[in-house]
Amino acid sequence: MIVAGVDIGSLSGETVILSDDKILSYSIVRTGADSALTAKKATDEALKNADISFEDIDYTIATGYGRVIVPFANENITEISCHAKGANYLFPTVRTILDMGGQDCKAIRCNEKGKVTNFAMNDKCAAGTGRFCEVMADVLGIALEDIGKTSLEAKKDAMISSACAVFAKSEAVSLLRSGVPKSEILSGVHEAIASRVFALLQRVGIEGDFVISGGIAKNIGVIKKVAEKVGLKPLISEEPQIVGALGAALFAKERYKKG
Amino acid sequence: MYYLGIDIGSLTCDAVLIDDSEKILASSVVPTGARNREAITRAADEVLRSACISEKEVTATVSTGYGRKRVEGRLTAVTEITCHARGIKALLPGTRLLIDIGGQDSKAIELDENGQVVDFAMNDKCAAGTGRFLEAMARALQVDIEVMSELDNGARGDLTISSMCTVFAESEVVSLIAEGLKVNEIVHGLNRSIASRTLSLIKRIIPDIAGFPIAMSGGVARNSGVVRAISNAMKSKVVIPPMPDTIGALGAALIARERYSHN
Repeated sequence: MIVAGVDIGSLSGETVILSDDKILSYSIVRTGADSALTAKKATDEALKNADISFEDIDYTIATGYGRVIVPFANENITEISCHAKGANYLFPTVRTILDMGGQDCKAIRCNEKGKVTNFAMNDKCAAGTGRFCEVMADVLGIALEDIGKTSLEAKKDAMISSACAVFAKSEAVSLLRSGVPKSEILSGVHEAIASRVFALLQRVGIEGDFVISGGIAKNIGVIKKVAEKVGLKPLISEEPQIVGALGAALFAKERYKKG
Repeated sequence: MYYLGIDIGSLTCDAVLIDDSEKILASSVVPTGARNREAITRAADEVLRSACISEKEVTATVSTGYGRKRVEGRLTAVTEITCHARGIKALLPGTRLLIDIGGQDSKAIELDENGQVVDFAMNDKCAAGTGRFLEAMARALQVDIEVMSELDNGARGDLTISSMCTVFAESEVVSLIAEGLKVNEIVHGLNRSIASRTLSLIKRIIPDIAGFPIAMSGGVARNSGVVRAISNAMKSKVVIPPMPDTIGALGAALIARERYSHN
């Protein structure tokens, strides 16, 4: 049995292909204006990686904010359920998940079966999301993938008092002007993000084990700050960006079996 | 005797000079920039020069705004809520609700029959519904902020900008342009977005605004499109005083006069 999970997020789209319980392949592509096209692109790439064709897929489930516009999906399921499912597969002991995406952030609690018991979400505001990181990387002229590493060089944190991305950007500009090193500004930026997501986590309560998923999980600077606040060592999978798509694929397997 | 009021905001620094009869002799608005002290000096110099009065002739100075503690030689520093209330009482007596939308914050101030502050609500945490939101949108639309005011003319559509967050709204505007929507309709949608944000701020202090005489101050009050959208959202006329950006500074000058005569 071969199934696929497709996660169409605001900034990236992912497809995971499962053969029974094994991850056969996955892909991550940048989201374009057309969600259906993004879904196709991601899935084609994953099919290529697995060296199989579209006809080999028995069942597909879509998730993410663009889940309703994936034409070839048999069903769609919310990303909250899929993240919990995917995290549970990777780390069966997980009870709290922080998913930090490009344009939103979710704190999810789940039981031992990976079923959601509670969640809190911010998708109204760029604070504490990937967009916040993007804005800051841009204003400092550092590549997005390098900001985590750069922030670790800081001897102390610069103070970023605004949660709002627009106001924080101005703060970063004036810190830069007054000669504060970029590493310290970034460290302050990561501290601001960590405070924001910690507040979200507190709304659902934190219980170990604790998993961080989503693109920002690749930012070592943010992870370090979140770990300090939460007081638990976060578990992060090798590819944290595909947890939602993986969960969707796992649901696809269950649904297909049920017939 | 002359009294000076200085309002140091996030984006502009304003000064108003009055005489003993509370007559406004001069007012100025200068960009705050990175150095507050320079802006304060420039704003003060400008009013003194246009009124042909020397610094020594100023009897008392009161400062307000977020940088109010930076003004040297002041009689006292007063919060901008109090100063805005005092300023609007002088220009538009009878106002019961003052909406002040500045560069980086927005306030709703409820006043009693005597113009005293009853309650207020403020947003200075988030750029949504402030001048900064408009600035970012003007940039996304590639139009001058000064012309935003008239850009919604003739727009009848009810386009809604779904993002409240400035950063997200910026992307939304870019994709609306890509979809071929007309600029005036987008601007109309943005103005309505600011209006709905303002309305929720007001609702925090006044659940029912029916029958309240309403005035608006701050730099955004010069944007007639936003004012129209707010009037429509509240189903009530919003009155704009002359020189709406300097209401806080005017209030500060009036308070300078009162406090000085009191002492």
